[in-house]
Amino acid sequence: MATTGLYSQHLNNRKVLYLRNAVIALVLILFAAATLFPIVYMILSAFGPNVSTAGNMRTIFPSRWTLESFQAFFDFSPHSLRWIWNSFVVAAGTVVGNVLFASMAGYAFAKIRFKGSSTLFGVILVAMMIPYQVTQVPLYILMVQKFSMTNTYAAMILPSLCTAYNIFLCKQFFAGLPTPLIESAKIEGCNQFQIFVKIVLPLGKTVLAVMAINTFMSSWNNFFWPFLVTNDPAMYTIQVGLKQFKFANETLFAPMMAGATISALPMFIMFFSLQKYFMEGVTIGAVKG
Amino acid sequence: MNETKVRQLKNGRKLRFTNEDLWGYIFIAAAMIIFCVFTLYPVFNAIYTSFLEYKPFGSEFVGLQNYVDTLKYSKFNLFYKAALNTLVYTAVVVPLSLLISFTVAVMILPFSKKTQSVFKAVYYLPGVASGVALSVVWLWLYDSSPDGLFNQLLGFFGIPAQNWLSSTKTAMLSLMIMALLSSHGTQIITYIAALLGIDNSYFEAAELDGATFFQKVRFIVWPLVKPTTLFLMVTGVIGSFQVFMNAYMMTGGGPDNATTMIGLLIYNNAFEYGKYGLACAQAILLTIVIAIMSLFQFRLMGVDVEY
Repeated sequence: MATTGLYSQHLNNRKVLYLRNAVIALVLILFAAATLFPIVYMILSAFGPNVSTAGNMRTIFPSRWTLESFQAFFDFSPHSLRWIWNSFVVAAGTVVGNVLFASMAGYAFAKIRFKGSSTLFGVILVAMMIPYQVTQVPLYILMVQKFSMTNTYAAMILPSLCTAYNIFLCKQFFAGLPTPLIESAKIEGCNQFQIFVKIVLPLGKTVLAVMAINTFMSSWNNFFWPFLVTNDPAMYTIQVGLKQFKFANETLFAPMMAGATISALPMFIMFFSLQKYFMEGVTIGAVKG
Repeated sequence: MNETKVRQLKNGRKLRFTNEDLWGYIFIAAAMIIFCVFTLYPVFNAIYTSFLEYKPFGSEFVGLQNYVDTLKYSKFNLFYKAALNTLVYTAVVVPLSLLISFTVAVMILPFSKKTQSVFKAVYYLPGVASGVALSVVWLWLYDSSPDGLFNQLLGFFGIPAQNWLSSTKTAMLSLMIMALLSSHGTQIITYIAALLGIDNSYFEAAELDGATFFQKVRFIVWPLVKPTTLFLMVTGVIGSFQVFMNAYMMTGGGPDNATTMIGLLIYNNAFEYGKYGLACAQAILLTIVIAIMSLFQFRLMGVDVEY
């Protein structure tokens, strides 16, 4: 426990120590409960009766437990299942593109000395700071009006196929690999491609996993771009589909929460099984940021 | 460097590419093509479009008119109102959420590694759910009838039911509360990593001098995590200036534009009214403001970051 030096150990009085830690834990748990509440409430409502926002009694626990809201979610549109499939296709496509292209570019910027390398990387760094509002209109015109790609997977995947941030992330990570290792492989007669596949990728598993997870999550939860480039309900992603449950004056609350719970399920499963990489992702991105 | 290149070319010598150069270009080729088409081109196109009155067939060049329209002060010009709203929202939410995250991170420290990671996970978890679903949950929590959960909570303390999102007085406050009670996972985890990096000898020395817990936090911990605070503040401000989802889903900018923020204004101009040129001009102004704000924060905080 390195930093507990901040806290007194109360060596002469263990009771004080336990009491202090209990109070701290209580405050932490209360705050955690407050931030978790909306999600818990979402899941509880999904298992409640099929209600809408029009004049119902609001309670935290549903008046009775039932699956009818899930039924209502799937009955709402013939495409409900398709929305989830669409989200999978888009997220998977985006992940594959980023893992492949960003890792190659990140390696090149980190370890291959080629002319113009620092200038090009500088341009990428600057691009990272530009808010998405700048590119959204030209991208929209490009995809929808010039390429006529409305309602295609390509329109949803292409703009985030290889993001500047992921190139930056890979470059940061690969820069930390020992250069002598790569040099000696070169002397052994490996070309850059062999070095990349046999040495760099195996050593870069962590960053690749982090990148895949973060990219999948942001693509899965992205509402804005799929919303702009789709108008055929069969091509909606789950997030755009969920929005359809909200009308001007009324929201089909319980079915929407059922859909939201289903859409959150893959994220929760990923989070609990790959927790380590989620946590790692935060610190990898922040170091030297 | 550019000079030498030019000189080489003048001397009639060709720019030679080594084997290493070629490998570099092969490796970055795909990424650079994607980057040029979907980032670089749109950026330059946005600058160009900002000088146009956009029409699908034959746009009209209007010079700086879009910028003038944006910045010209009038009662009906929403830009200043949106800018002020964004500023107020940012000034409240970013510092408070940093303070919350810092406090939570410090409070997590006395526990064992295992308990720490459980807390980290719990605080991170709300961040993995989608904004569309959560914003509707919050709409329901903020319901203006006395049955709304927040109003039930107020009723418990004897405070009359509020209109939350549909009153100009409380709409912005509601969005702020929502932001403050959303996930702080990434900030907390970043702070914990920074806190664990502080050398124990600082605390031992302070202990000898009889420093209290709060003195240690104030004079050792806070200054030492300043680079982290700066990083989180800059990214927080950048994120907050672009905030769109909550205002769009929850209030639509209302009531009476009390919650119209820059992100929503640009969206409305572009995709509700089809004024692409105006939207691009405003997005470019937003970029300039964000750049200035980031520099300003580095100056403000950066002075004593390096000890």
